[in-house]
Amino acid sequence: MNRSELTFIERLYIFEALKGILLTSRHFFWNLFLHTTHLFGLLKNKSAAVTVQYPDEIRPYAPRLRTRHHLVPRADGSPRCVACMLCETVCPAKCIYIIAGEHPDPNVEKVAKRFDLDLGKCVYCGFCVEVCPEDAIRMDTQIMNIAAYSREEMLLDINELLRPGSRKQS
Amino acid sequence: MYFDIIIKIILTGVVLGGALNLAGLLTWVERKQSAVMQDRIGANRASLFGLRILGLFHPLADMLKLILKEDFTPRYAHKILHALAPFVSVFFALIAFAAIPIGNDFAWRGHAIHLQVAHINVGLLYILSVMSMGVYGVVLAGFASNNNYSFLGGLRASSQMISYEITMGVSIMGIVMMDGSLNLQNIVQAQGQYWHHLPLWGIFLQPVSFFLFLTAAMAETKRTPFDLPEGESEIIGYFVEYSGMKFGMFFLTDFLETVLASALLTTLFLGGWQIPYLFHDGFHFPWGTVWIMAQPWVILLGVIAFSIKVIFFCWFLMMIRWTLPRFRYDQLMRLGWKIMLPISLINILVTGLVMVLL
Ligand code: SF4
Ligand code: SF4
Repeated sequence: MNRSELTFIERLYIFEALKGILLTSRHFFWNLFLHTTHLFGLLKNKSAAVTVQYPDEIRPYAPRLRTRHHLVPRADGSPRCVACMLCETVCPAKCIYIIAGEHPDPNVEKVAKRFDLDLGKCVYCGFCVEVCPEDAIRMDTQIMNIAAYSREEMLLDINELLRPGSRKQS
Repeated sequence: MYFDIIIKIILTGVVLGGALNLAGLLTWVERKQSAVMQDRIGANRASLFGLRILGLFHPLADMLKLILKEDFTPRYAHKILHALAPFVSVFFALIAFAAIPIGNDFAWRGHAIHLQVAHINVGLLYILSVMSMGVYGVVLAGFASNNNYSFLGGLRASSQMISYEITMGVSIMGIVMMDGSLNLQNIVQAQGQYWHHLPLWGIFLQPVSFFLFLTAAMAETKRTPFDLPEGESEIIGYFVEYSGMKFGMFFLTDFLETVLASALLTTLFLGGWQIPYLFHDGFHFPWGTVWIMAQPWVILLGVIAFSIKVIFFCWFLMMIRWTLPRFRYDQLMRLGWKIMLPISLINILVTGLVMVLL
């Protein structure tokens, strides 16, 4: 890397320090002014901080963002998943557990009777979504907060995966 | 007799309460000010009955948390010294305020009242010595924790404080030489003189000494450009092994020392409680306007002016703390011994020469 030598004035440090303080003071007073005007409802279009107050205001997520999984249902409400086990096989975190069962509709060969997904292990790689031949699992719920008080609560079963909003959002 | 004691007790309460409250408030100021400087919002979540008022409850919440936390002493630490260290730190930071005049002397019903807790004629020496006693708290903390990192932190602290104390002491000699007194009240009163209507404050008479003292005082408070003893973000310092309120006391000491440094800077260089053109009977402006005021109001204005100046310096020190990056240790030592000490000695020499020649 090419670094230029410090000039004498810069080496004195005091002027550089003053320049730094000038810069931070400019931010300080300008932001303080904006905060004050906001209190009176003025200049609302200029924001005084870049902060997003996360749980209260949520930034718009990009549609391609990988968020919590959900299983896509058929018209009759049963999961579209045919229990081909591809996602269980590809999952690098080994966090999917599927038990296949028979579907009442004779045209559908199999269906997942049990579909457990352990969010505590999932690395959000999205391989399960990519590999699925039936487009049965997607990661487009836009649910980001997956915190829980115990490991058991991190486990999603088939009901929750079919109804992404069913878990209480806290 | 009783009257004097009562006055002193009230005064002690005022100074102690003022210093402690300002230090507590500074924890909030630090968060908010740094946030506003960096285009953030800052702590605003603590609420009481749904009231948030700009996060002003955060100092209370912090204190509550620190008091309720487990007070942990490491197994092989020296129990007594480990417990003693934070008290030493806070104690010496607090009693240093005793010699700082918060207002002018006045007479009331035949009693002379000094708005200064300890009206001693070695006030400046007293403050310097008490501040250097404060180092013991830090060194003890580093030593008694029986932890290599805190020990190293303590070593860094002691060498830094001792190095900068010298500059601190030498840099104010110019002021002392000119006023011929170590009593801070006399130093403040001497700053009430005028030279062609320019108030002869220390900052105008001794600008070099002001910068030196400012730097040294910042080093004494152990805050960011000079926070090598603490280095909370990575190198960790003397209070690694402290938890709960004992840690809180070290934390408080930093803020108390910030307030103390501000008070000293105000007293020595910004005319203490002096307001330009305010004399004992009211304002006498240079363009001839005269506002006559009763004495209590003049005294009260002085105390308010002192507080405002102290708060200004607290703000300014905070500004520096959130602007400048930390020094490297060799830079710190070079700055202290090779740059600041010679400049302060030259400053004394020049001051002496000018005083002899004029
Ligand atoms: S996102 Fe990756 S880790 Fe998570 S379930 Fe799908 S394949 Fe497994
Ligand atoms: S890959 Fe798709 S269809 Fe196959 S088991 Fe997984 S979710 Fe079901």
